[in-house]
This record gives sequence, C-alpha cells and structure tokens, in this order.
Amino acid sequence: MSAYLLHLAIVGGIYIILAISLNLIIGYAGQVSLGHAAFYGIGAYISALTSLLWHFPFPLAALSAILFAGICGLLLGLPTLRLKEDYLAIVTLGFGVIVDMVFLNLEITGGPDGLPGIPKPSFLGFSFRSPGLYLFLTLLAVLLTLALTYRLVHSYHGRALRAIRDHEVTAQVMGINTPAYKVAIFTLAAALAGLAGSLYAHYITFINPESFGLHTSILILCMVVLGGMGSLLGAVVGALALTVLPELLRQFKAYQDLAYGALLIGLLIWRPQGLLGSGKLSLKFLERKG
Amino acid sequence: MSLLEIHNLTKYFGGVKAVDGVSFTVHQGEIAGLIGPNGAGKTTCFNLISGLLPPTGGAVTLLGEDLGGLAPYYRSRRGLARTFQNIQLFGGMTVLENILTGCHQRQEVGVLRALWPGGVVRRAEARARERALELLDLVGLAGKEDFPAEALAYGEQRRLEIARALAQEPRLLLLDEPAAGLNSRETEELMALLEALRDRGLTLFIIEHDMTLIMGLCHRVVVLDHGQVIAAGPPQEIRRNPLVIEAYLGREEEDGDL
Repeated sequence: MSAYLLHLAIVGGIYIILAISLNLIIGYAGQVSLGHAAFYGIGAYISALTSLLWHFPFPLAALSAILFAGICGLLLGLPTLRLKEDYLAIVTLGFGVIVDMVFLNLEITGGPDGLPGIPKPSFLGFSFRSPGLYLFLTLLAVLLTLALTYRLVHSYHGRALRAIRDHEVTAQVMGINTPAYKVAIFTLAAALAGLAGSLYAHYITFINPESFGLHTSILILCMVVLGGMGSLLGAVVGALALTVLPELLRQFKAYQDLAYGALLIGLLIWRPQGLLGSGKLSLKFLERKG
Repeated sequence: MSLLEIHNLTKYFGGVKAVDGVSFTVHQGEIAGLIGPNGAGKTTCFNLISGLLPPTGGAVTLLGEDLGGLAPYYRSRRGLARTFQNIQLFGGMTVLENILTGCHQRQEVGVLRALWPGGVVRRAEARARERALELLDLVGLAGKEDFPAEALAYGEQRRLEIARALAQEPRLLLLDEPAAGLNSRETEELMALLEALRDRGLTLFIIEHDMTLIMGLCHRVVVLDHGQVIAAGPPQEIRRNPLVIEAYLGREEEDGDL
C-alpha cells in the first residue's frame, strides 16, 4: 500500500471512531451535540501532554485521554442533558468554542503553536513508527470501538436509547431512567472521542487548536448524517466517504468546497435518512445466540 | 384494601384549576372508572398520578408509599403503568421491541455487566422475549411480533400499548381512553381482555367516554367536572346521579323546559 493510502486509512480509522461515538449521541439517543471535536481535542492534548511531560507510555497516555475526555463529557452532560434539543445544541456548540479557546490560550498547550514532538507509540517491544504498524494499531482501536458499541446498541440498553429517541416521556413511563441514560451515553461518546484524539496526536506527532475547532465538529456531524443516523455501518461508511471524497475532489481544488457542499445538500434532499439510515449493520454472527 | 390513594390533588395551569382538590381511592383488585366531560381534568389527573406533571398540591400514595416528587421511571418500578389517550408507541421499533421496552426495568444489570460477554444479560433477554411473546398472545397479536409498530391497525396499536404496559408487571394499570376509536366489536374484545386482566389480580383505573365499557366493567366510578369530584360510587348510582346528568347534559332551565 502506498504511503498516501496508508495515511488515508489511518485518518479514516480515526474518523470512524469519532463518527461512531457521535452517532451514539445523535443517532441512537436522539440528542444533539455540536461540540464533539472538543472531546477529540481534549483526548489529543491529554495524551500528548502526559507523554511529553511525564513520559507516559502510549497505552497509559491513551487511557488518560479516554478517562479525562469521559469525565469532561460527564461534567458537561450532568447539567445540560435535561435541556431540550435546540438549547442542547447551543450549549454543546458553546462548549466546543470554549475548549478551542482554552487550547489556544493556555501556556501548557502551546497556544496557537500547538505541541510538537509527540512521541510515536512504542510498547510491548513494538515501535509503531511505521505507518503500516500504526494502521494496525488504529484498526485495533476501530474494531474495539465497533465491538463495544455493537454489543451496547444490540442489548436492552440500545433499545432504551432508541426509546428515548422516539418518545422520551413514554420511555420514562416504561421505567427507563432517561437522564441517567443520556448522561451515560454522552460520557461514553466523549471517552471514545478521547481515544480518537490520542490516536491522532501520536500519529501526526504535532497538534494545534486548528484540528479541534467547530469545523471538525461539523465534519463529524456530516459523517453521521451522510452515513445514516442510528447505524453503525453508516457511521463507518460516512467517515470513510468524507475522508476519501475531499481527496478525490482535490484536482478540482477551486471547486472542492462547492462540490462537497452540493453533494451534502443533494443527499439531505433526496436521502435525508443518510446512505444507510434505514439499513442495519448485518453482523449477526457476532451476536451470541441465546 | 386501598391500592392508590389520591388526597386533595391539585394542579393549576396559571389561573386555570385543571385539577382542584381531588380525593379518591382505588382498591386492590377492582376496576375503577374515571369519567367526566371533556376538559374535566381526567388526563391531567393521570399525568399527576404517573408523575409526568408536578402537582400544585396534594398527595398520591401507592400501597401506602407517598409518590410525591418521584420521576415516572421510579413510579413504574413501584408498580404503576399506563397507556396514553393518543397512542404513544415507539414508531421506529417492531411490535416485539415495543413490548421489550416495557420489560426494561426487569432486565437492568448495569452498563458494564451488559457489555461483558456472558450469560446474565442473554438469559434476561431470552426471558423478556418469552414474556413479550406471551403478552402478544394475550392481547391477540400473536404472529405480528416482527411487524413495525406503525404498520399495525389502529385497534391493534391500542392493544400493543396495553401489552407494553403489562410488560412492566404493574400492580395498577391506568388506561386513558382505551376504547377511543374502536368499533363495537373491538370494544367488546377489549372489555373481555380487561376482565381477564382483573381476574389475574391486576387493578385497573380507566378513563373512558364509552359508557357501555364503564357501566359494563367498573365496580366504582369517579366523576370529575371542572377539576372537582362531583360524584363517586357504583355505576348504577352514578347513572342516576342528578349532578352527573347535569355535568354531561347541562342544567335544566328554571322554568322547567329543557
């Protein structure tokens, strides 16, 4: 595989994790989040800082990123998830902007210059310096994320989430603790975004606030909408499509944004449920028969 | 023995007294009716009992326990289930999945436990599935478990909503106009179903405009008008109560001609 394709595959893998995690919030639980890149950024910075300052090995740095992003998700979710959709959109949007500002203005995050020289992971006697090995690491994280979310959405928890999405009040009447579910899924999604951030930081080895701003939140959102809300396979397809498509359209560079925008508008007009929104991930063999 | 006790329950919406000092009791094992003209506060009463609205004042007790301040999902755990006047099925789910959401609280084992591969969750799911299929059979929807809930006929949707409420294994089932929109044959089937449920020991509390159903099923009827209880008693008495007749038909003119 050429270096270029390897790079696309790794970035695509990272976006798959982000799209799946956001899909848990938007597609399954039916809540809005316009600041998902903030958790991605928190994961990236925490992973980078723990590696640079305290020389955490990659697994520990990644775990710190997951935990810290998850805690941030919990702290944001607790007071805000009782808000109705449009207010939640504003709060998460604001959160994304604030976090971006914090990255930009703190000394420890390097301000606008960011953090260079983040070490490539090396653990268990392996060095993941080569893109091929890093792709392997990324795929491992993607598979783990997929397995976890697949089990979750196909359990009674997934059903509870869809009930909340369909009719929150009725879900409560059914005995479903809707506030607890919303906070839990928000926390989990933030933690997964933290994992994606860690993978990104140690792959690119340089991060700055630019990668984690509003446009990244919107990009992840587009991936979910394109692939299909409430579909795991949809999130995968959406993430890959929006990783590869801009590259394909690169030769029409002047028209890239135009073509990209037109495509999204067309999709939302003719297939608002997304490419796979009505379909379902068919991985029945993973389901343990009862 | 009293199951549900409502004491001086009050709900104001701004200056409107939707429910105004309502007190009554529903006894264990009976079918109780709640009737009254449109806008009398019947559904508001149900919403207060199930915790969807906070009351302005008063108390709701279930088996002696004050439910005040408890969210709907905790009331469900204490044995309270309900259906809605406007059917509220989960449209994106199949018939079976709708009933399974009712089984939710019996399945809970904690998030981490559910993610862990293992038998606990799987066995709970299998049990829930078995129970859901039994309930489908009970309400006469056997064989339709994989239909999208929205694809069911109106009367079937009403019965599915009842099955979903029953999946919560309630002590008290609140039914908000279960016969609304049903034809007379469907209403008869519904009455047979509700009687069968009572025979199994379930207590039912029903809002209904269909007097055949109320008179045919209820042991006791509570009549609301303008947010207040104007009569309560056996249906035969209620039928002859002049206050009830007045609430439904209007006051007789002073000079005698109606």
